[in-house]
Amino acid sequence: MEHYTMNLTLKVWRQKNKKDKGGFETYSVSDISSEMSFLEMFDVLNERLVKEGRDPIAFDHDCREGICGMCSMYINGRPHGPWEGTTTCQLHMRAFKDGDTIVVEPWRANAFPVVKDLVVDRSSFDRIIQAGGYISVNTGNAVDANALPIEKDKADTAFAAAACIGCGACVAACKNSSALLFVSAKVSHLALLPQGAPERKTRVTAMVAQMDKEGFGSCTSTGACEAVCPKEISIQNIARLNTEYGIAGLTNDK
Amino acid sequence: MLNSNIPAGPLDSKWEDYKGHVKLVNPANKRSLEVIIIGTGLAGASAAASLGELGYKVKAFCFQDSPRRAHSIAAQGGINAAKNYQNDGDSVFRLFYDTIKGGDYRAREANVHRLAEVSANIIDQCVAQGVPFAREYGGLLSNRSFGGTQVQRTFYAAGQTGQQLLIGAYQALERQVALGNVEMYTRHEMLDVVVIDGKARGIIARNLITGELERHFGHAVLLCSGGYGNVFYLSTNAMGSNVTAAWKAHKKGAYFGNPCFTQIHPTCIPVTGDHQSKLTLMSESLRNDGRIWVPKQKNDPRKPNEIPEEERDYYLERRYPAFGNLVPRDVASRAAKERCDAGYGVGSSRQAVYLDYASAIERYGKIECRKHSIENPSPEEIRKHGMDVVKEKYGNLFDMYNKITGEDPYTTPMRIYPAVHYTMGGLWVDYELMTTVPGLYALGEANFSDHGANRLGASALMQGLADGYFVIPYTIGNYLAGEIRTAIIPTSHPAFEAAEKAVADRISQLKHINGTQSPESFHKRLGKIMWDKCGMARNEAGLKEAIEEIRALKAEFWRDVRVTGEIGEFNPELDKAGRVADFIELGELMCMDALQRRESCGGHFREEMQTEDGEAKRDDEHFAFVAAWEYKGDGWDLHKENLEFEVAHPTQRSYK
Repeated sequence: MEHYTMNLTLKVWRQKNKKDKGGFETYSVSDISSEMSFLEMFDVLNERLVKEGRDPIAFDHDCREGICGMCSMYINGRPHGPWEGTTTCQLHMRAFKDGDTIVVEPWRANAFPVVKDLVVDRSSFDRIIQAGGYISVNTGNAVDANALPIEKDKADTAFAAAACIGCGACVAACKNSSALLFVSAKVSHLALLPQGAPERKTRVTAMVAQMDKEGFGSCTSTGACEAVCPKEISIQNIARLNTEYGIAGLTNDK
Repeated sequence: MLNSNIPAGPLDSKWEDYKGHVKLVNPANKRSLEVIIIGTGLAGASAAASLGELGYKVKAFCFQDSPRRAHSIAAQGGINAAKNYQNDGDSVFRLFYDTIKGGDYRAREANVHRLAEVSANIIDQCVAQGVPFAREYGGLLSNRSFGGTQVQRTFYAAGQTGQQLLIGAYQALERQVALGNVEMYTRHEMLDVVVIDGKARGIIARNLITGELERHFGHAVLLCSGGYGNVFYLSTNAMGSNVTAAWKAHKKGAYFGNPCFTQIHPTCIPVTGDHQSKLTLMSESLRNDGRIWVPKQKNDPRKPNEIPEEERDYYLERRYPAFGNLVPRDVASRAAKERCDAGYGVGSSRQAVYLDYASAIERYGKIECRKHSIENPSPEEIRKHGMDVVKEKYGNLFDMYNKITGEDPYTTPMRIYPAVHYTMGGLWVDYELMTTVPGLYALGEANFSDHGANRLGASALMQGLADGYFVIPYTIGNYLAGEIRTAIIPTSHPAFEAAEKAVADRISQLKHINGTQSPESFHKRLGKIMWDKCGMARNEAGLKEAIEEIRALKAEFWRDVRVTGEIGEFNPELDKAGRVADFIELGELMCMDALQRRESCGGHFREEMQTEDGEAKRDDEHFAFVAAWEYKGDGWDLHKENLEFEVAHPTQRSYK
């Protein structure tokens, strides 16, 4: 790859805390290497702000390998920026060119209140999992792992759904702030496996109820969630959730 | 005197005997016993879930916004278990033996044997939770090989096994939160252990959103706070991974075991420049199928695909024919360094070697073509089918490489170089995972116990989950059975008050230095000292210099650090400053430990101690011990736990 350096203008959302109104501030950064990650570009800017005695920009990040799901920037109108199937931390600066202006905002959804600047509170996702996103099996209850053969295709599809990193990009992209892709990924993961069968109906009902309670919007099948998902979670999971939800509602027996 | 509390009797029945005689706590009493757990990675989440299920009142803490973010999530390649599903000669004994040998005879036999025994239960438990491990077409579980072993005992979920295991443990944890058995505190950082009458009785935690300090009581405290690889600044650890919880415990009396034992992982994406904030691992599982090589010609200017087969040096296959590309990590890392130092490195920095998938793609392609009854397949057809197989096994890793480097690893060999990955050292614990402070435990990477001087691949996940699911639920009862009469101590107790005041004073001190340099810049400088002088190769003169440099850095830090923002608000700079201050102190201890260990073993390579062909030279006569360091305020005292090898007798480790 050819390396190059660039000068950029950043318009970044600054908000002191949950109650503050917030607004954009403009920064210029220079000599940014195309080999840097997007967050390393923010590191450079923050180092400068600290040196100048100004408050650095708060943003969530941890593994920087695209797997922990902590990073969450809304870049030029798209969660995680321009690359498909990529988290903010894996976005690299060769996606931009000299002279670009980049607008960076936090996830925006009622169920994700801003903590500071680009940091939001996603504990609503944890509460949705608490509502039923698990298989009720205590430690020590298990039988031999190979006592339960599972068709490879089903195991692979369950894995693809379980690859969700819980970042919330689906919510940020949705015009209704719906969390249905996130919820459906967990419902599908567990519904596709025989281990998940006993709690299939209660799980989907409880998780959807909690989702509504948290203030996420309804799904109108726009598909924006799938388009921006860094793990490319398929919208087919939403179809599966709808089926699961329908069956759970139509039959009385648990 | 250190007592490791290893049960008597033959090695293979110690754990069974222990479980049969350990004290129990009845269900009614469990409800009034409170346990604090720091960290929600594999060890912490599995312990919190299991103890919650048993009926204990659990409080779990993590500094991230959700317990699911803990760095275990980034583990890639797999988890070992002695299932012998492949009928290739595996057994509990083999896993035990491989781990002891892989650790270069510096781990405790009894702990490692127990680990091997419970390994199979972990896989059962995870499958029951719905962890979608890779499967064969017959519906049964698939396995692959990892370094330092000759059997296939590694279970995996593509290149994101850690993610799937952690999500399993996280879901079990959230279920207990829903049931009210576990109270979860996210965005909280533990800043001190409260010790009353010699026993751990609680913690001081900081709410990272409001900056407020909180006091929490517990009949026992479990540290599951991970390793300290970030002392090197650049490592494969997450940005937030830190030593602070373990370090605070150390300063409150918990001995630190073998701090110099760090693992440099051979296959990571090389550094590109000063802006680099972290390094990215390319799973060891890639060495299953990939071949590592450098050009035979020094400073070869050609592109990798232009270098013909006979001009390539597959140096691991050449030096270690029995294990080839699957030698343990310490051996593979040193061999890469040796080639690069000798002038055979590749890429613009010349600090890299190739990891090549061309022959694996061809091999798999031929097999697939046979499966699909394609007669006389063209090279393109073979390539296409081979790439599909490689994509299924390692797709996410190849994608990650492509995003970071902009190069396509399916067509161009990957460039890789060793990087800091894991720390075998950690808080010293006995057989029950208790530190030298009664009631204070350490689990997972935070303890020192199972991996000796070098950890084998796919064993970290195994140990984290073994400790949390299957060890601590038994061993903690042995302690808590004696605590059923201990009433909850109010957090107005003077010990809580004093601990909170000390924490508040330190934060205030950090904030009011008002110097000129950022915490990040000190961290970078510390990392450079550690990597240059306490990294892949160490020597006496370098270590002595490093100790002086770190002491000077510490003084400069406390004179000139600048922490922006306020104390009573969300302030990542302040969090970072506290962690860097602890890393600096740890760095000094690591160098002291490396200095006293005048032998080479596993990941600890003292240049003065090597064989004629450059392998690590152990000194069992003088160094078959665990170095356990006691904090003394102005320095440290060294205690030694002698290692007895009754079953796996130490030999010169050979992978030739």
